Amino acid sequence: MAYDYTPFPYVSAPGLTAPEPRHRVAIVGAGPIGLAMAIDLAQRGVPSVVLDDNNVVSVGSRAICWAKRTLEIFDRLGVGERMLAKGVTWKVGRQFHGANEVYSFDLLPEEGHKYPAFINLQQYYAEEYLVDRARAFPDLIDLRFKNKVTGHEDRGDHVVLTVETPEGEYTLETDYLLACDGAGSATRERMGLDFTGQTFQEQFLIADIEMADSPFPQGTPERWFWFDPPFHDGKSALLHQQPDNIYRIDLQLDVDADGKAEAAPEKVIPRIKAIVGDKPFRLDWVSVYKFRCIKLDRFVHNRVIFVGDSAHVVSPFGARGGNGGIQDVDNLGWKLAAVLAGEAPEALLDSYHDERSHGSAENILNSSRATNFMTPKTPVEALFRAEALRLAHDQPFARRLLNSGRLSVPCSLEGFPLQTPGDLSGRAVLDAPLQGPEGDAWLIEQVQGRFTLVGFGEIDLPEIDGIARIGISQTGKDYPCFSDPTGLALQRYGAGRACLFRPDGHVCASFERPDAASISQARNRALGLAP
Amino acid sequence: MTIAPDRLSPHQDDFYSALMDAHTGLAEAQSHALNARLVLLMANHIGDLPALQDLLQTARGYDD
Repeated sequence: MAYDYTPFPYVSAPGLTAPEPRHRVAIVGAGPIGLAMAIDLAQRGVPSVVLDDNNVVSVGSRAICWAKRTLEIFDRLGVGERMLAKGVTWKVGRQFHGANEVYSFDLLPEEGHKYPAFINLQQYYAEEYLVDRARAFPDLIDLRFKNKVTGHEDRGDHVVLTVETPEGEYTLETDYLLACDGAGSATRERMGLDFTGQTFQEQFLIADIEMADSPFPQGTPERWFWFDPPFHDGKSALLHQQPDNIYRIDLQLDVDADGKAEAAPEKVIPRIKAIVGDKPFRLDWVSVYKFRCIKLDRFVHNRVIFVGDSAHVVSPFGARGGNGGIQDVDNLGWKLAAVLAGEAPEALLDSYHDERSHGSAENILNSSRATNFMTPKTPVEALFRAEALRLAHDQPFARRLLNSGRLSVPCSLEGFPLQTPGDLSGRAVLDAPLQGPEGDAWLIEQVQGRFTLVGFGEIDLPEIDGIARIGISQTGKDYPCFSDPTGLALQRYGAGRACLFRPDGHVCASFERPDAASISQARNRALGLAP
Repeated sequence: MTIAPDRLSPHQDDFYSALMDAHTGLAEAQSHALNARLVLLMANHIGDLPALQDLLQTARGYDD
């Protein structure tokens, strides 16, 4: 059944009748990034106003692949379980060359994680769930639909916004402006910031179809990628599944194809029939796009901060767009809250740029390489790819050369100044099943959202103001202790070690013999208070 | 045919992209020449005649 795009109600902004008190945070854009940002801040007690020019969720499925790390962040934001329940979990990917399967891979053969490697869920569901969750904070999140920001001016210690509504215009002051307004960010354009990089000439057709019969064996969802498919000569194609029997098909088009003509149903339907055969289907959504791999030089411009696609754009193969944006949110939320609370210097926000610019550079590198592999530019590139494909039928090393997108994995922050050098430092939390005072639990649920010191195995954790403590495989302590029923927690972190996790779940220090002074110092360093 | 253990992973994408970069801007004939030089340099680097003979046979074995 087609998704029901129910409009969100428009409410008159107070600023239309009288000046509003200055806001702490204004967020432009109520997409997944803006909404997640507002929820993250609200969970830390920081109020925000969210301004969006539209009043419905994303039209079309758009971002559909949510990676494990993103789901773990969504778990912290209170929507992860709902997304997992609705989403399609897939593990097996198959690569085809022509009509033949070259090889298949299983994404997460490893047990002991709350979330799978990936789920597929349409962006409109993600946004719907995030809006529902945001409404759980009526005192902290002020959602304003049909409020279009048409101007902004940075006044040094605050930003003044001009907002257009169906009832007229008003102005609004905010301490910080978070530009979550997507790849075409009007905020970025107003500031005239350079946003250039590699643009690929190839065009891709993306189509969602609703189809009752699964094309996959036993109806188990998989990801199928073809190089040179028999139904689409010399190009590439991708097929995967979303909830509600919606299937996503990506087809590479000719460089000089007429995008508009290609998106017409009479052109699209025969192409889809060539893939799915005579199974009946309904065309749900079609779009034609070109790849770009671009990022801003600086994500932080005094009181204006860019988050998600407004700061960086990647090609979709590899699922690094939406997933990268949610990692931005995760990185910025606790830092901005600490700065606003006066617990950290404003300079801490520069570390958001350093760490996430690094993350997006990693995404762009992977994404550009995948795109280059999928779209050879010269005869010699085509030759190497053809021979890699030929060898891949039986040479394992050549299989790994085939690149149809390196799927998003968490970014390590090792070596950045907030982290105290040491084992595991910078690594994102690696989940493990636990058993605690209240029954079954997961490590990711225990360590995210606040500074948390975790003791793995018999090791004493000193008490420090502002740092939560938990013990794993410990007993008789004055802080919550969990057992490690599968042994995976100790296996993944090592016994006899304490890790200090940042509020975004990255390890910022580890200790063999944790003492209060060095733990405090590591925490202060992570807050930008000490070198 | 020899099925070789994978020794490129996890740096396979770094290698592949460096290989493509090495060809950037070359005409097709120049690219073939580059490939020939590369084979000879790699052969010398491997320096093990039976292994090289085996690789030659394996590569030839994929001929249509």
